Amino acid sequence: MSKSIKETVIEIIAEQAVLEPSDVTLQSTLEDVGIDSMGLVECIFSIEEAFDIQVPFNANSPDQSEFDISSVAAIIAAVEKLVADQST
Amino acid sequence: MNRVVITGQGSINALGHSAEATIEAMREGRCGIGALELRDVDRLSIKIGGQVRGYDPEAEFNRQQIALYDRFTQFTLLAAREAIRQSGLSFSGELATLSGVVLGTAGGGVNTWDENYRTVYEDGKNRVHPFVVPKLMNNAAASHVSMEYNLKGPSFTVATACASSNHAMGQAFNMIRSGMAKVMIAGGSESMLCFGGIKAWEGLRVMSRDACRPFSANRNGMVQGEGAAVFVFENYEMAKARGADILAEVVGFAMTSDAADIVMPSKQGAARAISGAMKDAKINADDVGYINAHGTGTAANDKTECAAVADVFGHHANNLMMSSTKSMHGHLIGGTGAVELLACVMALKDGVIAPTIGYEEPDPECALDVVPNEAREAKVDVVLSNAFAFGGLNAVLALKRAP
Repeated sequence: MSKSIKETVIEIIAEQAVLEPSDVTLQSTLEDVGIDSMGLVECIFSIEEAFDIQVPFNANSPDQSEFDISSVAAIIAAVEKLVADQST
Repeated sequence: MNRVVITGQGSINALGHSAEATIEAMREGRCGIGALELRDVDRLSIKIGGQVRGYDPEAEFNRQQIALYDRFTQFTLLAAREAIRQSGLSFSGELATLSGVVLGTAGGGVNTWDENYRTVYEDGKNRVHPFVVPKLMNNAAASHVSMEYNLKGPSFTVATACASSNHAMGQAFNMIRSGMAKVMIAGGSESMLCFGGIKAWEGLRVMSRDACRPFSANRNGMVQGEGAAVFVFENYEMAKARGADILAEVVGFAMTSDAADIVMPSKQGAARAISGAMKDAKINADDVGYINAHGTGTAANDKTECAAVADVFGHHANNLMMSSTKSMHGHLIGGTGAVELLACVMALKDGVIAPTIGYEEPDPECALDVVPNEAREAKVDVVLSNAFAFGGLNAVLALKRAP
């Protein structure tokens, strides 16, 4: 079986943060792992490429986007939802 | 030091096909932004822009010219024709050797790149038109203006992203001021509204899908525009001697670098450019009545710009007006400062301040008089025009009413 969404998202975040995936916890925020606004835009691009989805995200109002980026767990949940929505 | 005045202006952009039409639209607070009409627009997530509409290249240029003129060059030549015609100048003999052209563009012939990449990559062809290189090069527009009007002095192109036009006009100003040139054709042009040009901007996630609302609390990004504006900068003594109609005087210029981040703006870098332009112009902060803002409509620019203005002007920040005409014509990237200088000339010459349209909700972080939604009559003596580029390169011009 291929990697889970959770594993892939954590790998993407870890790579952007130049960390080992084991250093990225579900409770981590992007700030905790040292990802700034440009790093975030790159993460979202990688996520879109990995799952072939469109992530609704506007860098002008990251807090108001439908896509929750408040923690690693929130990002994984949001990606799982987008992937599920796409397959229905 | 020589004084420098503006004796001609021309433009084509989403608001109109001339400087006059543009100024009239700004006065009316009209919006030139609408649904994009271009190839493969269905594959874009951003579908709005400030496109030049109702424009037929074949009505302006012959087939041989079109083979050599990218859209950004066409816009430049149309704006230059209007400006030079208004100035009443013709260039021959010694004046030709003392006259040049300096223009800003960020991308140059983006449509030419786009079309020809499509030809070789998508269509799989192995041959492109012989003039692709002279058509796409960033200096093509400046070169064609020099050729068309016999300008044999210093000419070049400046590329500093969103500040290109202001940097270009600043160079033109200093070249006349120092005596290096008598007349400089200056301004800028951009034509990035093609599939590749918009796709690249989409990637940054800073574009609005509905409107450009600078300084409004509900702003959600920038909107691209296209077009050109060109001015005739002239030695004041020469303009006076020949009885030219003077539109405004250029009195100061400053450029600074943030030396910080490739996309995030810096309050300090912007503030140093604003105060530098006033120092260069030997004017006091209290003299400034209007600032044409960079005002892109992004979260980051607008609050940083307002903070910089508040820092530089102190209490006077509450008395001056600052508007962003990008709300009407969109962000012309390398051409934007030139189109925005039209609003500065209008403020000085006609006593009309262009509005920031699309303004819906006050933002405490942008608590200045942004001339919301409707133009205002006001007599101003000194105006500034801000441009702050990606890469942290800032350029601010100071203008006064015609002497």
